[in-house]
Amino acid sequence: MSKRTLRGAGGLFAFLAIWELVARSGFVEATLLPAPSRLPATLISEVTLGFWHQMVLASLNHYLIGLVSGSLLGVLAGAAVALFPNLDALQSWLARMLRPIPPLAWIPFAIIWFGISETAAAFIIGIGVFWINYFTAYTAARAVDPDLLELAASFGHRSLGARLRKVILPAAAPGILSGLRAGLGQGWMTVVAAELFGITGIGQRMNEAAGLLATEVVIVYMLTIALLYGISDMLFVKAQNRVLRWQR
Amino acid sequence: MAAIVELKGIAATFPGADLSVFSDIDLAIERGEFVIVVGASGAGKSTLLRVMAGLLPPSAGTILHAIKTRPDRREISMVFQEARLMPWRRVADNVALGLEGLAVSHAERDQRIADALRLVGLADYGDRWAHELSGGQRQRVGIARGLAVDPDLLLMDEPFGALDAITRQSLQDELLRIWKETGKSILFVTHDIDEAVYLGDRVLLLGGAPARMVQTYNVDAPRPRAREGEDVGQLGAQVKADLATLFDEGGGI
Repeated sequence: MSKRTLRGAGGLFAFLAIWELVARSGFVEATLLPAPSRLPATLISEVTLGFWHQMVLASLNHYLIGLVSGSLLGVLAGAAVALFPNLDALQSWLARMLRPIPPLAWIPFAIIWFGISETAAAFIIGIGVFWINYFTAYTAARAVDPDLLELAASFGHRSLGARLRKVILPAAAPGILSGLRAGLGQGWMTVVAAELFGITGIGQRMNEAAGLLATEVVIVYMLTIALLYGISDMLFVKAQNRVLRWQR
Repeated sequence: MAAIVELKGIAATFPGADLSVFSDIDLAIERGEFVIVVGASGAGKSTLLRVMAGLLPPSAGTILHAIKTRPDRREISMVFQEARLMPWRRVADNVALGLEGLAVSHAERDQRIADALRLVGLADYGDRWAHELSGGQRQRVGIARGLAVDPDLLLMDEPFGALDAITRQSLQDELLRIWKETGKSILFVTHDIDEAVYLGDRVLLLGGAPARMVQTYNVDAPRPRAREGEDVGQLGAQVKADLATLFDEGGGI
C-alpha cells in the first residue's frame, strides 16, 4: 500500500475516532449526534426490516431514469446546437435564461405536471443532468480542431454523418465523458431533494427518520448515498479510461 | 509525357471576402513529375493546393483530370504541414482514413496499410498511438496516409516546414526515394528555396497581388544532388534573387 493510501485511511479513521469521542463524551445529546459505533446495528435493522433495499432500489430507479434521459438529451441538444449555427443563435438567450434555474426550483411544476410520482423525481434529477451535459457537449463539439475536419474532407469524408463519425464524436469524446461524469454526481445530489416531497426513496426515508429524531437512520442513508456515488463514479472512470485509452 | 492534371485559368478568392488570392493559373503536371511551388507567405501556395484537393472551389477556371476514376483509389491526396494525425486512432488506423469509403476489401485494406507504412520506414509502428511518435515519424505517417489511397498526384503543403534541420534533410531524401519507388507525381509547396531546388524537377514561383505564376525554373541537375554546391546552388541563388525582386516590387507581404 502506498503512503498516500495509508494517510487517507488514517485521516478517515481519525475523523471517526474524534466523532465517536465527542458523541460519547456526553457534551452532545445522542439524537443530535449519534455515535458512529451505533451505525452498523442501525444499518442491519434497516436491512432486516426491508427498508434499505426498497429505498435504495426506488432511488436508483429515479436516478437512472433521470440520469439517462438527462444525459442523452443534454448531449444530443448540446452537440446539435454546436453543429448548426442557426440553432446556436436561437438558443443563446434561451439557454442563458433557463440554465441558472436550480433543478429544485422545478419541484412545483414537477408535481403539477406529473403528480407525486416517480416521473416527477426523475424529471427533477434529469433537469440538473441535462444542463451539465448540454454545456459540456456544446463546448466539446465546438472545440473540434477544424484542421482535422479539413483532413477528413480531403479524404472524401464530407457528409455530416461521416464528419460526426470520423472526427467530431471521437474528438469531443473526452469533453462529453467529463460532462457525463459530472452529471453522475449531480444526479445523486438532487435525488434526495427530489424525494423529500413524498416519493418513495432514500430521501423520503431520511425525512421520516428525521421527523422521529432517528438521526442514526439519517446518517446510515447519507453514507449509503456516498457509497452509491463512489461505486458509480468508480465504474464510470473505469469505462472512461477504456474509451479514452488513446490519451496520455 | 502526358499531363495527369491540368489547371486552366484557375482563380481563387478568400472565402467570405471579395479579395482575389491568385488568378490565371495555368499548370500541367505530368506523370511522375516532381513540381515545386515557391513564393512569399500569403502568395496563395496553400490555397492553390486546397483548390486542387477539392477543399475550396475555384472562382474561375477548370481543372482537368486525365486519369479515369476508379472506386478503389483517389486521384489526388494531400499531406499537410502539421501531420494532422487523429490522436484517438492508432497509426495503422490513421493510414486507413482515406481507404474508408473506398471499394477496398478488408484484406486489401490491411495490405495497403502495411505497404504504405513499410514504404515510409514505419513497418512496425502500426499499433502505436500518435503521441508516441516523434515529429518526423508523425510526418511519415501523414505521407503513408496520402500514399495508401494510391493517388496519381500527391499534394504536399510545406510538409517538412515544422521539423528540425536534420530530420528535414533525412525526410527529403526519404521522399525522393519514395517518389522513385512509386512513380507518383508530386506537387510540393515550400518557402525554402534550397529545399525546392534540391527536390524538384521544376520550380514555379508564385507572386504578386493577386498572385500569378511569375516564373518557371527547370532543374536539370541529375539526382542525387549536392545540398551545397555547383549543381543547384546557382539556380537557388537565382530563385532567391527573383523572389526578393518580387518582394521589393510590392508583391510580397
